[in-house]
Amino acid sequence: MSEPVKFHFDVAGDNFSSAGEASVKVKKLLRQLSMDPETIRRVSIAMYEGEINMVIHANGGTADVVLYPDRIQIILADTGPGIKDVSLAMQEGYSTAKDNVRSLGFGAGMGLPNMKRYTDRMEIESEVGKGTTVTMEVFLPGANA
Amino acid sequence: MKISTIADLLDAQVLCGEDHLENEVHSACGSDMMSDVLAFVKDQAVLLTGLVNLQVVRTAEMMDMRCIVFVRGKKPPEEVIEAAREAGIVVLATTERMYPACGKLYATGLVGGSVSVS
Repeated sequence: MSEPVKFHFDVAGDNFSSAGEASVKVKKLLRQLSMDPETIRRVSIAMYEGEINMVIHANGGTADVVLYPDRIQIILADTGPGIKDVSLAMQEGYSTAKDNVRSLGFGAGMGLPNMKRYTDRMEIESEVGKGTTVTMEVFLPGANA
Repeated sequence: MKISTIADLLDAQVLCGEDHLENEVHSACGSDMMSDVLAFVKDQAVLLTGLVNLQVVRTAEMMDMRCIVFVRGKKPPEEVIEAAREAGIVVLATTERMYPACGKLYATGLVGGSVSVS
């Protein structure tokens, strides 16, 4: 069996303007592979939110996208401050983002809930002071996952 | 509604995407919070906003939107226009404020459309 297709991106943490570049690239790549439009949309929105989070909270990190025959997996890893209370962070409207982030149009406490909403599976591993890894999966239409 | 009609109704300047002005769009949303656009919007093709940074274009691109209208006379930096051009998104700029801009479009038949399921 052939190896799944993998994409790796480094997400710079020092520049809010560049946040989302990896997601734009992934969206283009998935389009080139003629994936289902709704799947592309869900993957790219979830990844974009995650990328924004890494830039806002964790000074960047890495994004890996793996294309399996039945699903697309997105792994976002950072070595930032970690999430103290994951269930609290999952609540819509809860945010620890600073006001300057809000003036840029983010930090409304919708990021993590939105990532969960757009994906079929989401797992957060986080340790305060060490970092956070978010793994998301979107099942492809017709796949029995 | 054609994007060119939106430009006429709002007396807006076309900053990029002249080739796509005859494309039809059926719903719109207005927000300065991109977080909320990503959370609540579904199938809306037009985004009215007073926020002018690259994340507006990225958000629109992620949501498969066709047109961004910058309200309140906000002029985006060139890099924002360039990113929209590359993404094939029409950018309009109007001096109208958010509320009347949305009102004019809504009254002429450009509705809010559905919101995403939770």
